[in-house]
Amino acid sequence: MENAGHAPQILTAKAAGLVGCVQCGRVHRPGVMVCDRCGAAIASRDTTSVQRVWAWLFAGLVVYVPANIYPMLRTTVLGKTSESTIFGGVVDLMHHGSYGIAAIVFFASIIIPCSKFAAIAFLALSVQRKVRMSAGARHKLYEVVEFVGRWSMIDVFVVAILASLVQLDFAASINPGIAAVSFAVSVAFTMISAESFDSRLIWDADEDEHHG
Amino acid sequence: MAQLPALDELIACPSCDALYLERDVAPGETASCLRCHAVLEAPRRTAMTRIIMLALAAIILMVAAIFFPFLELEVAGRAHRASLLDTVRAFSSGLTAPLTVAMAALIVILPLTRFGAIIYTLAPMAFGNHPWPHAQSAFRMAEALRPWAMAEVFIVGVAVALVKVAGLAHLSLGPAFWAFVGLVIVTVLKDNFMSRLTVWKTLDTRRKF
Ligand SMILES: [Zn+2]
Ligand SMILES: [Zn+2]
Repeated sequence: MENAGHAPQILTAKAAGLVGCVQCGRVHRPGVMVCDRCGAAIASRDTTSVQRVWAWLFAGLVVYVPANIYPMLRTTVLGKTSESTIFGGVVDLMHHGSYGIAAIVFFASIIIPCSKFAAIAFLALSVQRKVRMSAGARHKLYEVVEFVGRWSMIDVFVVAILASLVQLDFAASINPGIAAVSFAVSVAFTMISAESFDSRLIWDADEDEHHG
Repeated sequence: MAQLPALDELIACPSCDALYLERDVAPGETASCLRCHAVLEAPRRTAMTRIIMLALAAIILMVAAIFFPFLELEVAGRAHRASLLDTVRAFSSGLTAPLTVAMAALIVILPLTRFGAIIYTLAPMAFGNHPWPHAQSAFRMAEALRPWAMAEVFIVGVAVALVKVAGLAHLSLGPAFWAFVGLVIVTVLKDNFMSRLTVWKTLDTRRKF
């Protein structure tokens, strides 16, 4: 498709005095509140976006703490109960020699959530002040954050499957711990945080820089 | 600045707001944003029919996954079976009870709702008719639910769980497990065929005549 402006300067709907719909791409005159093609609410830029991103991110961070402190799994073997946290589960897997699976769990439950917190915070900060990273690179980062977030839910599903399967009365039983709840809530909050982010803001900051 | 063309001839990139002159994209071609590389339009021949077929297949596979045995654990001659619903109910006792609702939603209810909404939106269009009432709301919902329908995440979770139990007992996979794997493949295929902006454009033109 050809850009309505002249290369290399990309013309945006905002710069042209128009408003684009983020759902269906239809272009509207300013002042229109609801898209006539798809019915979504429209705004040139979502001004409350960054605030909501911070609020959900903070909430996600707060519930991530108990998720790591409290037990994720309670395993009872022959009457003896042991509890394991997220990190403890990874260590157990490594002791059993399942390095691949340990890596998956470690990535999904520790590396991804932590780098996601950092990445969202960085993106939110980057639209509020100037940063060195180019808009193109930040957009890529945003896409990765958006794509990867839901995969953190793996550990919650693992706990559910183990708990439903391993119920062998006295011999062995596995029950979910309270950390499973706070972990699931934390993943959900950070997903909402990432979705609240208006990715068009990434490019606005870049443009202001070009215009001096 | 030169006079801008009529609004109908313009399209704004949903990811970065770059403004484009809309031209018809031929089936098989993909139009992407020059700046952020987001896919704008990717019409495919008979895509609507294919998406509906895949969504229907997904619903059937989901029903199979619910009613057949999912996993079976055998320790010292005693077998323990778990269905998909058992895994959903795993959190139902004590403090973890609220997770039951979330599990049911993420694994079963939201994916089913999404398939239903997609069929509702696209079925009349595949047969060249006017969209059904509230087709816009249905498709908006289907798009909003996309990140929350976690069938494929669940299947990776199953794989991890299998390895964790492997040392403890003998484990076998039931037909429901394979139905669920099929469901994940079908969902990924379907989402690849579907280009959001193309669907909206088709809905819009179909409404007008
Ligand atoms: Zn729209
Ligand atoms: Zn773009």
